[in-house]
Amino acid sequence: MNSIRKVSWVAGGLLIACLTTSILLLQSIDGLRSESTLEEVLYIPSGKVLKRMSLGYEGLLADVYWTRAVQYFGDRHRSGAKDYALLGPLLEITTSLDPHLLVAYDYGSTFLSPPPPNGAGQPERAIKLTEYGIQHNPNEWKLYYQLGFINYMDLQNYAAAAQAFAEGSKIPNAHPFLKVLAAQMAEHAGERQTAFMMWSAAYQTATESSIKANAAAHIRALQVDEDVSTLERMVAVYQQKIGHLPISFGELQTAGLLRAMPIDPLGHPYKLMADGRIEVADPDDLPFITKGVPPGYSPADVPKFLPTD
Amino acid sequence: MNSSIAHIARNTFREAVRDRVLYNLIAFALLMTGAAILIGRISIGIERLVVINLGLTAVSLFGIVIAIFIGIGLVSKEIEKRTLYTVLSRPVKRWQFIVGKFFGLAGTLVVNTFFMAIGVFAALLYVAHHFEGSDAWVLVALYFIILQFLIITALALLFSSFSSPLLAAVFAFSMFVIGTFSEDLRGFAGLTEGFGRWLTMGVAYVVPNFSALNVISSVAHQQPVEGRLILYNTAYALCYAVVALSGAVLVFERRNLK
Repeated sequence: MNSIRKVSWVAGGLLIACLTTSILLLQSIDGLRSESTLEEVLYIPSGKVLKRMSLGYEGLLADVYWTRAVQYFGDRHRSGAKDYALLGPLLEITTSLDPHLLVAYDYGSTFLSPPPPNGAGQPERAIKLTEYGIQHNPNEWKLYYQLGFINYMDLQNYAAAAQAFAEGSKIPNAHPFLKVLAAQMAEHAGERQTAFMMWSAAYQTATESSIKANAAAHIRALQVDEDVSTLERMVAVYQQKIGHLPISFGELQTAGLLRAMPIDPLGHPYKLMADGRIEVADPDDLPFITKGVPPGYSPADVPKFLPTD
Repeated sequence: MNSSIAHIARNTFREAVRDRVLYNLIAFALLMTGAAILIGRISIGIERLVVINLGLTAVSLFGIVIAIFIGIGLVSKEIEKRTLYTVLSRPVKRWQFIVGKFFGLAGTLVVNTFFMAIGVFAALLYVAHHFEGSDAWVLVALYFIILQFLIITALALLFSSFSSPLLAAVFAFSMFVIGTFSEDLRGFAGLTEGFGRWLTMGVAYVVPNFSALNVISSVAHQQPVEGRLILYNTAYALCYAVVALSGAVLVFERRNLK
């Protein structure tokens, strides 16, 4: 073997060995500093300063920060975390860098507002973010809808929600349902039907599959809550009429209270328990339900969405 | 165009191609392909925005790096290799040499940008599946980027006409950075008083204004670019490039090459 070949073999071997070792080392380093990389991102928490430092390429930097926010939320959400401390600053930097990045307001507030584990539980911050979005994009009706949605769902501030929907409905090309929502909010704010309308609107306007799946799960949950309430009322009526609890839905049918065997939105039959309560077949398949669950049931940290949503 | 200038420009272009400057297109193609395929998986709702933002930013940065690093060597390399003396011993004037070099590098950058633009539009078609009328504004952003290249190339030539390549690179890059802040400088001038105000205002008007030539973010959001801005930016960039080029000619005409 001549000397050139020998050197080539040694250099090639060293290259492969050291590259492999450096990858392994990097994995160990990442393990030691699991969140520090993201925290370092916030060493410069001011979007204005970052904008200056980006030398005019702030659009790309905003996309990078938005991707970081999505990654951060996705990682925390998957692990069932309750703390989303960096989400707000990441979204605020993103929107300071690019105030016209509508997706950051739309989905960002959806990440920020709901209580954990579905979101960061920071509805006030989500409101501020959306208001900042409206300030810079006054002709985007979806932002008004988002503002109304947060006020309604997470703050139960029905007056503010009605105002947001009403203002949004004045924008040219606004979806007609904003007017309907504003009216519904004024008269029937706390009713389940209103919540059903809100989630249906969210389902129709969402373009991202995970947001759509979340809305679909909420619509199913509202349907289950409605069904369980109705069935339990029927059981109470039956008990009052006959003098004892029914042992099956068949008895309710015979008594003329029920037309057919009741099934949940997934097609599974409801269960009539011995104490007259109604339960769903598998509560884990129906996240966000507040009725029809076994006593002592605690929902999964990460809601289960259907692949068909 | 003067035949000597055309000749020097053609040779400068050939030299850049021989120096494998256009190899940056491979890196650009990989970047765009990666972005187009991956971004949908790691982010939400910004596929189109990323392709435009990343594509145009890369076109701009690649071009500025090429303009600076090739531009600063255009004069000094010829002196170092002593080929300048051969060129100037022929019926070629010094100013023709400078102007020819400018057109040669500008041509290289235009060709480079043309191929990169094809990459940007191909990636856009891949993520959006169709073009929209507003995508035409991306062409305006690319045109503004080329105008930036003209200014930077002229500045790199100006600095290389009197300083070492390293210093010329530092000066040219500094001008690029300061130029992106020129609108802020004018804002600061408005806040100061007396001599400081005049000085800041003077500096703000003398340094190139790159911020007005950067419409990447707005075209990414499908916002139109005003026709007057296109006109004024064109006139401004050409004027500024002529100013820097005239400075380079003035310095080079008086430079002792012995």
